[in-house]
Amino acid sequence: MVLRLPIAHFFEGVCFGLFLSMSIVTVQLGQCGNQIGFEVFDALFNDSHCPRGLCSKKENEAYQASCKERFFSEEENGVPLARAVLVDMEPKVINQTLSKAARSGRWKYGQHSCFCQKQGSGNNWAYGYSVHGPRHEESIMNLIRKEVEKCDSLSGFFIIMSMAGGTGSGLGAFVTQNLQDQYSSALKMNQIIWPYGTGEVIVQNYNSILTLSHLYRSSDALLVHENDAVHKICAKLMNIKQISFCDINQVLAHQLGSVFQPTYSGEGSFHYRRNPLGDLMENLVPHPEFKMLGVRNIPQMSENSLAYSTFTWAGLLKHLRQMLISNAKMEEGIDWQVRPPLSGLPPLGKMSVNREIHFNTSIANLVILRGKDAHSADVGAFKDPALYTSWLEPVHAFNVWKTQRAFRKYERSAALVSNSQSLVKPLDRIVGKAWNMFASRAYLHQYTKFGIEEEDFLDSFTLLEQVIASYCNL
Amino acid sequence: MTQSVVVQVGQCGNQIGCCFWDLALREHAAVNKKGIYDEAISSFFRNVDTRVVGDGGSISKGKICSLKARAVLIDMEEGVVNEILQGPLRDVFDSKQLITDISGSGNNWAVGHKVFGSLYQEKILEKLRKSAEHCDCLQCFFIIHSMGGGTGSGLGTFLLKVLEDEFPEVYRFVTSIYPSGEDDVITSPYNSILAMKELNEHADCVLPIDNQSLFDIISKIDVMVNSGKLGAAIKPKSLVTSSTGVFKKRQEKPFDAMNNIVANLLLNLTSSARFEGSLNMDLNEISMNLVPFPQLHYLVSSLTPLYTLADVNIPPRRLDQMFSDAFSKDHQLIRADPRHSLYLACALMVRGNVQISDLRRNIERLKPSLQFVSWNQEGWKTSLCSVPPVGHSHSLLALANNTCVKPTFVELKERFIRLYKKKAHLHHYLQIEGMEESCFSEAVSSLSALIQEYNQLDATKSMPVEDLPRLNVAV
Repeated sequence: MVLRLPIAHFFEGVCFGLFLSMSIVTVQLGQCGNQIGFEVFDALFNDSHCPRGLCSKKENEAYQASCKERFFSEEENGVPLARAVLVDMEPKVINQTLSKAARSGRWKYGQHSCFCQKQGSGNNWAYGYSVHGPRHEESIMNLIRKEVEKCDSLSGFFIIMSMAGGTGSGLGAFVTQNLQDQYSSALKMNQIIWPYGTGEVIVQNYNSILTLSHLYRSSDALLVHENDAVHKICAKLMNIKQISFCDINQVLAHQLGSVFQPTYSGEGSFHYRRNPLGDLMENLVPHPEFKMLGVRNIPQMSENSLAYSTFTWAGLLKHLRQMLISNAKMEEGIDWQVRPPLSGLPPLGKMSVNREIHFNTSIANLVILRGKDAHSADVGAFKDPALYTSWLEPVHAFNVWKTQRAFRKYERSAALVSNSQSLVKPLDRIVGKAWNMFASRAYLHQYTKFGIEEEDFLDSFTLLEQVIASYCNL
Repeated sequence: MTQSVVVQVGQCGNQIGCCFWDLALREHAAVNKKGIYDEAISSFFRNVDTRVVGDGGSISKGKICSLKARAVLIDMEEGVVNEILQGPLRDVFDSKQLITDISGSGNNWAVGHKVFGSLYQEKILEKLRKSAEHCDCLQCFFIIHSMGGGTGSGLGTFLLKVLEDEFPEVYRFVTSIYPSGEDDVITSPYNSILAMKELNEHADCVLPIDNQSLFDIISKIDVMVNSGKLGAAIKPKSLVTSSTGVFKKRQEKPFDAMNNIVANLLLNLTSSARFEGSLNMDLNEISMNLVPFPQLHYLVSSLTPLYTLADVNIPPRRLDQMFSDAFSKDHQLIRADPRHSLYLACALMVRGNVQISDLRRNIERLKPSLQFVSWNQEGWKTSLCSVPPVGHSHSLLALANNTCVKPTFVELKERFIRLYKKKAHLHHYLQIEGMEESCFSEAVSSLSALIQEYNQLDATKSMPVEDLPRLNVAV
């Protein structure tokens, strides 16, 4: 197995005297992508202007400046403009998103950063990919280029999309492919929303397998969030009674913010990492066969509860580690019975998707600590070789970023981005359901109408079965 | 955003259409307080400066001047259309968008389809093209008609072929009123079967409705209202049957109340495409999600709640009741019991202050009692629209592709055969040029094939669902 580390970005570091961050251009696609995108920029902005940074003024200013350079450009009157391109095939959501941002008065989207059509993709991946894609390729890529030109230095692209619908999924796959062709040296991370298991869209499993298989070929990393998991966080941790998509998106944005906000580089306190995407990829995607990443965040709670809670790093890290091992998506209901196999011994049999209790093997993990005394936190337990597959030394498989500056209102918070087996079961379920439907040929006429044939489906199935098998065999 | 054009054909189609336009105006008036012509209104209405003579009067933005319905009215008798043009909605209709005749179709599908079809084909095309030209982005034709008569049934289905040829990219959604068992038109089985063949072949999606179900729903509401149990607790304007905002005794115009239910159906169907929400659903998503195979495009619909109590704070229990009702056979708009048949797919379109957790909770709750086909065990399509219908705080439209639609077709076929065996009234049809006995036999075959598809699906109902063996890949 050949390990290829993405080294292109190493040379970016040789940049004279500029300690500011490289920029990320966000592409928001479809209803989901645009709704989430708004919450992400809002969370990033609000955090960077949070008064309780728990650090010195100078540090806070450096943090703000770094965040700003990463995600915002500046307009003449000083209002920050999100470095984003908004794409949707029908106008309602983009209109809402633009006005929500403008209403806040603190930041906004560029007036001309949107691409919109009149008629949506009808939940049809084939329509998004084969019709909308080619038809609007030039316009969309032009918008992206304009945004890229505003960046002094580009770290890469962050593409937010769902995989259940038609635009985010199909057009998202098309745009990602285009980005690969036109910006081959820039990195691409796709933030993909996995739909609820019991249906938001009936053909969601078809759309999902087509999206994932295409993105696996053209994207550098797939950062996955499952609606089911985030929903549980809203219900159990945030105690929200009537959960709306806004609530879900805000939890998501919080998790993403805790990953993407500036963190110290190794050199010293005022130097924040310059290349967020490059650093993430380097740490987490050592091999192109394994690109599915998940995020866990602790603590996560409603603001009311937060006021009365204190945490220690030891406690947070203990929970986070067990969440990783037992594949829990949140800090409630963790199964403490699951243990890593004893070091030196082979793991307890190969993973089977049917086994109930299973130890979640990781390829790579990144822990991001933010807040009071972060430098003193002991992350030794994450370096246990038993957590990892054998073909990477723990020193390469595990990394930690520590930052004094607190995130939002959390005195101490920890995020874990991992490349592990935790997405295998959900992926397997999706592939299974899609396969059952495919066997009956149901709905296929809707796809073949627009040039996606049975062969394309079979190719997708084959690729994804390969991915599942690879992860299972860790 | 896209536009839709309503084509109302025949007496029934035009009466329902009239109720629809009245309700649409009221809905938009309730939502659009500033009187600005926006994209939501433009989906069904043009904004016209009536001082301009001829065609140049369309205004695309700014204040509302005069709203014109994107509609084409077709009837081979003048009575109903004339009444509409003299009634309160007369200014809503463009007088150029009408096609009428005086003699009527005599409850004869062949007259409607063959005679009037060829006579008016050019004129129909011209009106349709005109209405399409007025649209920025035309997405859908809504055809409203009845199956049992002559004009709606014959000319209405003739239209489908014209639309398919002339506007192949535009969806054809058909709302069809099926005759009840006690229909007083003797030839309704002939007309319906002949029309069914056209629906099978040329419609994208059909919403079958029968008068008996509508009548039963109204009777139920009346009982609830008049029993005094609810007293003054019912919110005014909240009945799906009410057209003037004040509920009154039913005897005066029973059809009005029934037509209003259908009008509500069409408005709710399009609400998530017109108004904002956290999970939008456009019209092209209906076909995509609910039609797994091209020929199985008949959707059973139910609307809840039928009335809203005045209590503003809706406890979750009442909200959940709304979901339960949507699956009860009493709320379906045709005689059907979806709970005891097989679901191929189901769509839940929610309006108002309902969030994703309410939707999920109810799906989880109701799922165990419903049977879904093996390859679509979790076949739910959902949408959340923030804008509730007039007079309600929330509402639900359920669309089901379910084998429970089969009995309607089987009954229709039986009634047809009873009549056809005796060759009763057949000469009225065969004497029309272009009509032969083969038209009838082909129509019956088409229906039989459809029924057979449903039979095959029903046969899989009690079979255990097994996962199929997956692809084996070498690693």
